[in-house]
Amino acid sequence: MADTSRAARSESGRIARVLEQDSANLLEAWIAAQSKVLSARGSISANELRSQSREFISLLQKAIASGASSVDGPDWDDVRGFLADLSKSRAIQGFSPRETAMFVFSLKEPLFERLGAAANPDADTRTTDVWNASLILDELGIYTTEVYQKSREQLISRQQQDLLELSTPVVKLWDGILALPMVGTLDSSRTQVAMESLLQRIVETGSDVAILDITGVPTVDTLTAQHLLKTVNAVHLMGAECIISGIRPQIAQTIVHLGVELGDVVTKASLADAFRLALSRTGRTVTRIDAHVNDRA
Amino acid sequence: MERIPILRMGQFLIVSIQVDMHDRLALTLQSDLATRISETGARGVLLDISSLEIVDSFIGRMISNIAGTSRVLDAETVVVGIQPAVAITLVELGLSLPGVRTALNVEKGMAMLRHATGFDGHDAAPGSTPLSESSDDSAAV
Amino acid sequence: MTVLRCEIVPVRSQQDVVAVRQSVRSLAVAQGLSLVDQTKVVTAASELARNTLDHGGGGTARLEAVIDNGRTGLRLTFEDRGPGIKDVDLALTDGFTTGNGLGLGLGGAKRLSNEFDLWSRAGEGTRVTITRWR
Repeated sequence: MADTSRAARSESGRIARVLEQDSANLLEAWIAAQSKVLSARGSISANELRSQSREFISLLQKAIASGASSVDGPDWDDVRGFLADLSKSRAIQGFSPRETAMFVFSLKEPLFERLGAAANPDADTRTTDVWNASLILDELGIYTTEVYQKSREQLISRQQQDLLELSTPVVKLWDGILALPMVGTLDSSRTQVAMESLLQRIVETGSDVAILDITGVPTVDTLTAQHLLKTVNAVHLMGAECIISGIRPQIAQTIVHLGVELGDVVTKASLADAFRLALSRTGRTVTRIDAHVNDRA
Repeated sequence: MERIPILRMGQFLIVSIQVDMHDRLALTLQSDLATRISETGARGVLLDISSLEIVDSFIGRMISNIAGTSRVLDAETVVVGIQPAVAITLVELGLSLPGVRTALNVEKGMAMLRHATGFDGHDAAPGSTPLSESSDDSAAV
Repeated sequence: MTVLRCEIVPVRSQQDVVAVRQSVRSLAVAQGLSLVDQTKVVTAASELARNTLDHGGGGTARLEAVIDNGRTGLRLTFEDRGPGIKDVDLALTDGFTTGNGLGLGLGGAKRLSNEFDLWSRAGEGTRVTITRWR
């Protein structure tokens, strides 16, 4: 047992020595290899790539020199931490998974060449060294990919959340008049979020009229129509009025065809019409200044 | 016996429900209000439920009954302060409180009552019958 | 599905119905449900607790905080040994009522929940289980 561990240490020692003594040449060869993979993008500067590569070689050297065989151990914390940061930042910058994983994998060729050329003579030793180095780099490469994957997933779920909130902006058109312009396909969760934010704003602003504009909604099915109706009913229950505007001809036909009972819901063709109605409901009119003068004359 | 207070303000009665009501309390409020409307000849009822965290079908029925009874007794009812979460739940539950007027807050509710009844709340409108001299003690029925 | 917390409360009086509502509310808050979802599940609990009391002659409510595949939620079970429901489909129909409500109790509770399960046998009792996910 002691023998194998000592042997393992001397083997890893050889890899560490190559990383340490030949680091300058290794760095140049590695950067050249990476540039081939990254050439298409250029979203990372040569300087940044060089400093990242140099840091990784140094961290890798220290970790290997520690003699710890498993890359999951505490001696490898720095290496894993470095790769996690690199992977996350590349995921956010829009690097492909291949480009991100190749950061580690592209080190193989230049490293193996140097392991082969190193002072150590016999073929068996060289094969062992290359095999061990390969195991380490494979593990690290897979780790990098996993972090990349997780970071992408987080990014996507955050964007979905942002999108949900962005897609339901409640705007104030006038004192006491709110509008909710809906854009895109209305599914249950979106309509739910929209309804909640609209009702909340009605309470906060004490608005009497809310306009639900669906000009940007491509299609309406039975479920969507019911969601809209629920929103209108909830607004009524709270004591405000709700007008639906921007119903396109096809959607109007669909609603009738589906047999959805709109009841006494007030609908207007355009947001402008709805706004005019809302103004009159709150006791206001809009007139041209010259016309106004004429009217009063 | 536990009761929800009913306040009188001119021609109007004002009820603000501040507790999580059990069913009997809701029924008591319903009959208390009917009695007070007929005693005072009130022309409007303002029911503030902004503190209610839920309205289930029983409370929903109480609200509809209050509005219906008031109408028969020639008084308008306005329910004010339904919270967004409560409104969404009511719609999901299938309760739309037909025939019940609603307003966002007490101020708008009072304005709605004045408009609907032609009274301004404080002063009796010309030609109206004088109010009976019942006390404002909320527990009195 | 794993049960994180379980609480069994009696449903024997109208005050108990109020207590059930309050317990469900605090459990829903602890489980991180949104205000709207809290309101929905508390309202559903109120309907079902009233049914247990009025139609089942009283019983129990089991309130559980559950987790399933990372989703947290509430599972509520209302149980009585009352006369049972003769026609389950009819009982779920809106507007059908044997009591003094609007007949929206069962159907309403179903609409306010993500999952709904009703077991009943004439003469043996009724058990309704609802789940609301975060």
